[in-house]
Amino acid sequence: MKFIDPHVHMNARTTDDYEAMAAAGVVAVIEPAFWLGQPRTSVDSYIDYLSTLVGWERFRASQFGIRHYCTIGLNSKEANNEALAEAVLEILPRFASKEGVVAIGEIGYDEQTALEDKAYRAQLELAKELEMPVMIHTPHRDKKRGTSRSMDVCIEHGLDPSMVIVDHNNEETVEETLERGFWAAFTLYPKTKMGSERMVDIARKYGSERIFIDSSADWGVSDPLAVPKTARLMLARGIPEADVYKLCYGNALACYSQSGQIKAEDWEQPAPIDQRTLFEGNSVLRGQSPRIDDADRAADPLAGRSVEEMAID
Amino acid sequence: MSAPSLAAADLLYRWLARQLSPEAQGWLEAQREKLQADPSDRQLYLSVSLAQRKVGKADLDLGAEDFEAAASVRAGWRPVGWSVDQAARLALALTIAAAAPERFPQRMEQLFRTADVGELVAFYRGLPLYPQPEAFVARAAEGCRTNMRAVFEGVSHHNPYPAERFDEVAWNHMVLKSIFIGSPLYLIHGLDDRQNPELTRMLCDYAHERWAASRTITPELWRCTSRHATDDTLNDLKRVLDTGDATERRAAALTLSTSPHPGAGALLQTAPELVDELETGSLSWASLVRDAGLV
Repeated sequence: MKFIDPHVHMNARTTDDYEAMAAAGVVAVIEPAFWLGQPRTSVDSYIDYLSTLVGWERFRASQFGIRHYCTIGLNSKEANNEALAEAVLEILPRFASKEGVVAIGEIGYDEQTALEDKAYRAQLELAKELEMPVMIHTPHRDKKRGTSRSMDVCIEHGLDPSMVIVDHNNEETVEETLERGFWAAFTLYPKTKMGSERMVDIARKYGSERIFIDSSADWGVSDPLAVPKTARLMLARGIPEADVYKLCYGNALACYSQSGQIKAEDWEQPAPIDQRTLFEGNSVLRGQSPRIDDADRAADPLAGRSVEEMAID
Repeated sequence: MSAPSLAAADLLYRWLARQLSPEAQGWLEAQREKLQADPSDRQLYLSVSLAQRKVGKADLDLGAEDFEAAASVRAGWRPVGWSVDQAARLALALTIAAAAPERFPQRMEQLFRTADVGELVAFYRGLPLYPQPEAFVARAAEGCRTNMRAVFEGVSHHNPYPAERFDEVAWNHMVLKSIFIGSPLYLIHGLDDRQNPELTRMLCDYAHERWAASRTITPELWRCTSRHATDDTLNDLKRVLDTGDATERRAAALTLSTSPHPGAGALLQTAPELVDELETGSLSWASLVRDAGLV
């Protein structure tokens, strides 16, 4: 089975992760712009970060046979630094239309401050102008109210819910998200977000319409194999394969392909050599061969392991 | 703005017009007019970055007469392996150069600074077309520091800019890095003319490093050691003739055949079968590169 991880911060991960993900069947990743754990203090470091997402990180992923896409946006935490936020909003249009940018995101609320609200609304307008999907980060605290409010503001700005992904859902938020016609993403992240057994229950209860899962793996204790692991767990628990396929691949593709920047041919029928980006180059590997041929690919790290080992709590 | 830049922009627009769909062509023409009327930063950034979404990424279809036209508007310009989005981006950037020439280098630097991979390749490939070419030397050298091979080759391959503008340090490092990352040398413009004694020393030192580590050496390396070969270089070439494989020995022979070093001829005569090949004209860097699969 092949997978898409539609929310993962590869910039914070190692080449071992890329190798393991490729071996476990991950064919494409979407890396949302977010904060780095340490707040940035100038727009210049933001420019360099966004340049990394549309440049170096994409190239790095390609060395492992993984296609890399990203979303561009000002995250809610850094929206609270007013001077920085204004400068970042000014430069976002320069990045939003780059190749492989599939949405404006991840944007939304953290503490639900006035400054967060201002930056969020400005970015919804940008997405509307550029006809791009929006990826919403829903807050950790006051989650239910913050999630409702995120959707209210989208509607207020005239966005079509079918162009908006509400991420980091849980049992408390999923019903409203789906009822209002938004895409509902779930993050399998140890301790703070969804656990995988809970995700199995969600899949049983809500099926696979407009729902997909991601790892949101980053610089914290997280799991870049969360999507393939949870797929295995869902299959073992009796979720039909067609549903697992949609939850772990098909729905994310359908959703973000509305940007016109991601399509299955990118990894199913890639050009032998892309003249623009030379996806066969190997400078990351410093002398080793890039792992692009199936024959060379490392063994699936999840093969032969027990169902219990697939759990993320 | 200098005449070559204007003529290059016209050529790019003309190539695109015969290939793009009516919709994409309409978009490009509209952007061109907008930029002529309003050469603002926002308009420039949006036009250039939207280009890939609007015109696609198909290969730019060029024939022999197109390459001749390119070389006649700008000596050494060879747009090999270009795509339509790259051509469109450069055409739009050159439009800005005509509308607001004095600010062009600074605005081009802004475009470089926020470029994605595809844009970086395009902008570096465009180096020979920009007015005020002296303003881009540091940027071009920066392009050689990248870890992304396609970006590096945007500077190094089919591009007359490095040979014309790089100082010896930048040039030598570009050649050495090409070898280091496995990027072919024969596509570098001006490769033979820019040989220098320091480069010869660097390449021979590199060859010794590789030998010490029991690693292979690209036969192309020797090409850049011919004009300034020293006694030490000749010793290295003798070692290649004595112990190298067929391709390496042919490379050594080619190098010796163009070297002014007084001992080169005698050393070459120790490999009579290669002398025969040279004399029949069947041996050249082009054929060697082709036979070695470097094309």
